[in-house]
Amino acid sequence: MWDSIMQIPSVFQDEAVRSMIIAGIGETLYMTIVSTFFGYVFGLPLGIALAVTDKTGIKPNAVVYKVLDFISNIIRSIPFLILLILLIPFTRAVVGKSYGSTATIVPLVVAAAPFIGRMIESSLKEVDGGVIEAAQSMGAGNFTIIFHVMLVEARTSILVGATIATGTILGYSAMAGTVGGGGLGDIAIRYGYHRYQFDIMIVTVVLLVVLVQIFQTIGMFISNKFDRRKR
Amino acid sequence: MITLNNVSKTYNTKEGTVQALDNVSLTIESGDIFGIIGMSGAGKSTLVRCLNFLEKPTSGTVIVDGSDLSKLGDRELRAKRGQIGMIFQHFNLLMQKNVIDNICFPLKIAGVSKAEARKKAYELLEIVGLTDKAKAYPIQLSGGQKQRVAIARALATNPKLLLCDEATSALDPQTTKSILALLKEINEKYGITIVIITHEMAVVREICNRVGIIGNGKLVEHGNVIDVFSHPQSEEAKELVLRNTGENRELVETLETKNCIRIVFSENSSYEPVIANMVLKFGTPVNILKADTKNVSGIARGEMILGLPEDEKLASEMIDYLKERNLAVEEVSGHVG
Repeated sequence: MWDSIMQIPSVFQDEAVRSMIIAGIGETLYMTIVSTFFGYVFGLPLGIALAVTDKTGIKPNAVVYKVLDFISNIIRSIPFLILLILLIPFTRAVVGKSYGSTATIVPLVVAAAPFIGRMIESSLKEVDGGVIEAAQSMGAGNFTIIFHVMLVEARTSILVGATIATGTILGYSAMAGTVGGGGLGDIAIRYGYHRYQFDIMIVTVVLLVVLVQIFQTIGMFISNKFDRRKR
Repeated sequence: MITLNNVSKTYNTKEGTVQALDNVSLTIESGDIFGIIGMSGAGKSTLVRCLNFLEKPTSGTVIVDGSDLSKLGDRELRAKRGQIGMIFQHFNLLMQKNVIDNICFPLKIAGVSKAEARKKAYELLEIVGLTDKAKAYPIQLSGGQKQRVAIARALATNPKLLLCDEATSALDPQTTKSILALLKEINEKYGITIVIITHEMAVVREICNRVGIIGNGKLVEHGNVIDVFSHPQSEEAKELVLRNTGENRELVETLETKNCIRIVFSENSSYEPVIANMVLKFGTPVNILKADTKNVSGIARGEMILGLPEDEKLASEMIDYLKERNLAVEEVSGHVG
């Protein structure tokens, strides 16, 4: 192990390895950002629907809530690797192949959407009921309350959630490396695990840590900047 | 302005049904400042929410400004709510929006153009005296300032009716006074009918002209503030009028004075030094346990709790003397303790 740490500088001297790692960073960012985006495309409406139809929501509907609740719990309880494999036919139908970083986006979105939905739900439920009641007293309809009260008041919490979601999706994308998903995780497994090149593995892991740190810092900065509850 | 006919509201909870309102019938006239007072849990918050149908009554009708709320469709009800202002104990401002945007919010809901809404919002800020805070966020404001913003917001759509749900309960006495003065000014200047929910008698005394007392979901007593204060009929009213503040009650209790009476000044009698004259006439001192004189809706009014001499004969002579001077006299010991 110690030897491989000593060899790390050589990783950067090898032109082929260097370009592979740079491509890996690109693929990881591509998977993470696109999956997070589509995760929100599906997760945001899901979270809103969960928050609104819950029995304490503005339009309680036990049937809708139970169905969405059940589906999102099932997906979240399937281990990501299993989900990845289970979804191979679906992935193939959507993007035409089942390996590579574009193909990994499909299971990533499927896994992320219910997770994101849950976080949106919990952010929206933090909104003070009194403020919602005040909006109702002004004659606001549910649409106005969702888009001009709940989402606005929960903004900080939603942005913090997005930061967490991005980090989690980045972690999942690395896991997809085990089945040829591409990106830094793929490199770490192929070189570090299968070929015992610990130096490359360590470099990729450090890069993953750095990426998560960068996302976290940017996310927290943005959510703080847009929080008006600070004096 | 508002007519309630046999309004009842029951909630189904795990512990069974709770009757929050029990057959409440009430009329509130245009231009009134109507106080609804009761202990916590008496049903007053439910009652005020029935006035704009944030809570739908289980039975009975609510007629506001000529329209029966239960007959309105969803859209019409929302339009109606837009014409009824409401303020709350915890202000309920949008924390992520600045003062101006908060005031513009009901106008946005009503579909008013942004430029017009801004203009109106600045006018309202002037009325509530916060022009310098237009760009501030609620977190930067004190409680009293937040309530002023809430009042401006509630008035944005030019409502004829303003509902206040414990609007001063989270404020200190000084701020409470200034908010109440603002509400009174709004009532007088713009003729807006105001309904005030409170558990504090002082609030009713300060600005209301009429009052309803709620106990256990029932409207136990209602009428002009002056009448209810001077001659409370129901147990709840007596309790509220006498209790006034918790300390007085303890004071009277601890003194254990036997001949305690409560006298109520009405009309202009508080300008005549009745007690001093009485003491001079009988040559015996009385113990003033509590004295409180206030201006109720423009009429000088006060109340005192006196400890009379032990001598029964002298005490009853004193009571007669006070009664001759048109003061309402009540034995206190029966109600206190």
